[in-house]
Amino acid sequence: MNSAEGVFFLTGKDFKNAGAASSNLKGILEGLGIPAAIIRRVAIAAFESEMNTIIYAVAGMMNYSITPEMIKIRVQDMGPGIENIELAMTEGYSTAPDYIREMGFGSGMGLPNIKRNSDTLTVNSVAGEGTTVEFTINLAPAN
Amino acid sequence: MLLSDIRDLLKAVVLARREDLGMEIERAYCADLMSDVLAFSISNSLLITGLTNTQVIRTAEVAAIKAIVFIQNKRPDIQTIALAEEKKIPLLATGFSMFDVCGLLSEKGLRSCSGLEF
Repeated sequence: MNSAEGVFFLTGKDFKNAGAASSNLKGILEGLGIPAAIIRRVAIAAFESEMNTIIYAVAGMMNYSITPEMIKIRVQDMGPGIENIELAMTEGYSTAPDYIREMGFGSGMGLPNIKRNSDTLTVNSVAGEGTTVEFTINLAPAN
Repeated sequence: MLLSDIRDLLKAVVLARREDLGMEIERAYCADLMSDVLAFSISNSLLITGLTNTQVIRTAEVAAIKAIVFIQNKRPDIQTIALAEEKKIPLLATGFSMFDVCGLLSEKGLRSCSGLEF
């Protein structure tokens, strides 16, 4: 399998294009012949991270790196930061305003969904500066 | 169940990907919360929802949802329909409520994504 890496730039509040980066990433993974079940996990985790950036931050970027061993995604944003990461990891906890909920997001499942679909997850956040979410998904070793 | 059977049962109109009405659907998930769809749906299922924005199509794409039914005569805008065409996700719109849609489809043998049997 080929390796690949790249970056997508995300613009806060750009709901028209929200999801486009994850969609492009999905296309790249399909092109590399990665199994559909793994692609689904990566796409869901990437999409939740992308939506978090678009909902909460001014801007951000999604870096991806694909090797035969794993897929690593890092989404770094210039946003308000997360005051209590442990609380944010709790299913159902959300600080999203109503208009975000009306779009079907902000139900407090974002970070839990990323965790659910990844093999490792780290969240680093500084209040007033931004948040970096990094997760990996293992690829089955070639036999 | 064929998507064309679902259309007939729900008296639905086809808004996108008419050429895909022959696809087979075995399971369905219904929600207006897209994060719930991302958390609890399974690949190749039907999504029943009252939400009609482009994020529904994005959600369906990343969650590998096969087709979408919009309830209670809710209609997506042209950008949403265009995105569904591009992503090859058929869209149906019905006048029935979410409860009606789930009841009608469940009665005809469509199963849920939870794996629970009644």
